Amino acid sequence: METETTRTALSPKLMSRRGALLRIGALMGGTMVGSSALLSGCATRDARPANELFSPADIAWLDEIADTILPPTATPGAKAAEVGAFISVMVADTYMADEQATFLTGLVTLDDECRADHGVSFMAASPAERTALLERLDREQYDYMQSRGDDDPVHYFRMLKELALLGYFTSEIGYTEAMRYVEAPGRFDPSVPYTVGDRAWAPHA
Amino acid sequence: MAVTASSYDAIVVGSGISGGWAAKELSERGLTVLLLERGKHVEHVTDYVNATKGPWQYRHRGGRTRAMEEAYPVLRRDYPLNEKNLDWWASDQDSPYTEVRRFDWFRGYQVGGRSLLWGRQSYRWSDFDFEANARDGIAVDWPIRYADIAPWYDHVERFAGISGSREGLEQLPDGQFQPAIALNCGEELIASRLRGAFDGTRRIISARVANLTEPLPGRAPCQYRNACWLGCPYGAYFSTQSSTLPAAMATGRTTLAPFSIVTEIVYDRDSRRATGVRVLDAVSGQWTEYSARIVFLCASALNSTWLLMESARDVWPDGLGSSSGELGHNLMDHHFRLGAEGDLEEPGLDGQYYYGQRPCGFYIPRYRNVAGDRRDYLRGFGYQGSASREGWQRAIRELGIGGAFKDAMAEPGRWRIGATAFGEMLPDHSNRIGIDATRTDKWGLPVLAIDCGMGENEHAMRRDMLNDMAETLEASGVRNVRTFETDYAPGMGIHEMGTARMGADPETSVLNRWNQVWDAPNVFVTDGACMTSSACQNPSLTYMALTARAADYAVAELNRRNL
Repeated sequence: METETTRTALSPKLMSRRGALLRIGALMGGTMVGSSALLSGCATRDARPANELFSPADIAWLDEIADTILPPTATPGAKAAEVGAFISVMVADTYMADEQATFLTGLVTLDDECRADHGVSFMAASPAERTALLERLDREQYDYMQSRGDDDPVHYFRMLKELALLGYFTSEIGYTEAMRYVEAPGRFDPSVPYTVGDRAWAPHA
Repeated sequence: MAVTASSYDAIVVGSGISGGWAAKELSERGLTVLLLERGKHVEHVTDYVNATKGPWQYRHRGGRTRAMEEAYPVLRRDYPLNEKNLDWWASDQDSPYTEVRRFDWFRGYQVGGRSLLWGRQSYRWSDFDFEANARDGIAVDWPIRYADIAPWYDHVERFAGISGSREGLEQLPDGQFQPAIALNCGEELIASRLRGAFDGTRRIISARVANLTEPLPGRAPCQYRNACWLGCPYGAYFSTQSSTLPAAMATGRTTLAPFSIVTEIVYDRDSRRATGVRVLDAVSGQWTEYSARIVFLCASALNSTWLLMESARDVWPDGLGSSSGELGHNLMDHHFRLGAEGDLEEPGLDGQYYYGQRPCGFYIPRYRNVAGDRRDYLRGFGYQGSASREGWQRAIRELGIGGAFKDAMAEPGRWRIGATAFGEMLPDHSNRIGIDATRTDKWGLPVLAIDCGMGENEHAMRRDMLNDMAETLEASGVRNVRTFETDYAPGMGIHEMGTARMGADPETSVLNRWNQVWDAPNVFVTDGACMTSSACQNPSLTYMALTARAADYAVAELNRRNL
């Protein structure tokens, strides 16, 4: 059964997804990776589950990409927060088939770009090469996202970056180490001094 | 075959905000009460299974999956569909309805209803609201005035616990408040700047909310987690569970019956009285009849009216209360989802932050079409908003990767401020609900058809709702002000009102001034269905006050042997 909408004012997919992602702090849908899915073809209209989209090697790859976007500093990085696994779950469970295709194709593109720039795959590249590549792709997605039309897809690297940020900052490490998390603050103080370098208070929900 | 079970003095249908109040007030006045709830039981604290989870402990970090979206074709249209409290939203598949025009109906079918999920904003209405229909020649006049309900606002505010500031505004009367939850330093700055603009008519005040700032018996004050919608382990916000149900149970006279779908009010045409209700057990499928001297309908606006429509059809084909021709009509909501936002800049402000997560923000009371202001539309709107420092989410749209970028994004960002308008929707006879006899729900019961849309007055008001906020922010020195407007469809406000309105004349209204059905005076409807107009204030506090008032009257009438 489904509620009958005789005059659907909705663009249900887009609107609700946007609402969902906004609610958890992100902006737009993305795509995801997967050698197996790429080989078997993204032509299917059905979105694919995680175990069909991503192998353990894919997740390790995603960990390295995320860790280049958000590396360890005084606080742990994205790999320590298991962001690769989170990205695989989100792409598998929340992305539409076309978004999954954009994401998966994008991963292959990313590797191709790495070979073109540095002559090796992303996994074989040095930290400096990885950073240089992703800085270039970040600029590319930034410019593209500013100028794209309403119907143009989201840039695959925007998807990666968004999922990496979401996965990292909503992880236990993100909440309790990158930010400051107090389960029950117990009071509201409307004004406290802030010094640059102080970490943000993480919201409960 | 229906089994006739025990009889009670009173039956209350629905255990949400209104039903909890009805059970408390009736049982405390000595009546035996059967409190019927169609959904499952939710035990206070014990059943708030996610309330103390870390936010990282959800597989999708609180988001929504494709599977959820497929399972909830209505709920997905706005924020309610999420991973954290899905158990407290009704299943669209089990309980379908027909949309003649799009109407987003977000329901909570469990003990406590949507009192577990509500936004907790609690504002009194004033005579600007109770006199509005008469003054404008719209629909019918309210049969009550502020003076009739004011003592009941006092009563429910004291018990529920409403925090707020006393402002002396005629259009938003002060109440029996606990200390307000403060504006943060950014909001206070804008509030002070605003005092010098618009002749002081636009004021930023602390939201008035049903979150405690002082303890009440059995309840602790707010701990500033801002996680109310997971259920509060401290009982710090008003819900049936935290507040009215314990009081009702403490009388020893209240019986709570979950999984009890009331399918019909049993009506006796000779005495012109209800004699009880028919109940379908949502799990076993068994039927039971309960008898009572009075029945309170608090099943949420549209479901209370559905129940009236399903009752006494042998006397009135369109159901109990339909003799006026108004049953099911004049459906209202609050229209919203538009406003403005911008950057809050002030020397030294970047050296200020706040501590604790408030469950609320600020409120700008209505200033249009009051105190000499006249616009090209009727009624008005208020704003709800907040100021805050940006979180890590800003990183998504910013250029940058790497360690320095990560560390910078873990610090609070710029100060931002924004607000969303909530506008009054006029009662319109053509906005209506009815029974769709062609479809049934999971239990084989006929479903509602909803036909509702906004009118010219709402559209005209929305221009001001959008532009005024930009103007207000700019007048307060906010930079880079941007307006926003997102899709609104009736129902999204989750403030369903009307369809069984109160009035002074049985020819044009369903309920009298005491919330009694004209055609069955021992049936009271005290939830959103009774509303004659919608005002622009969040309505739940008014349901509480009307329910307590009607309960007091009902018991007095029983004692006078008038019912």
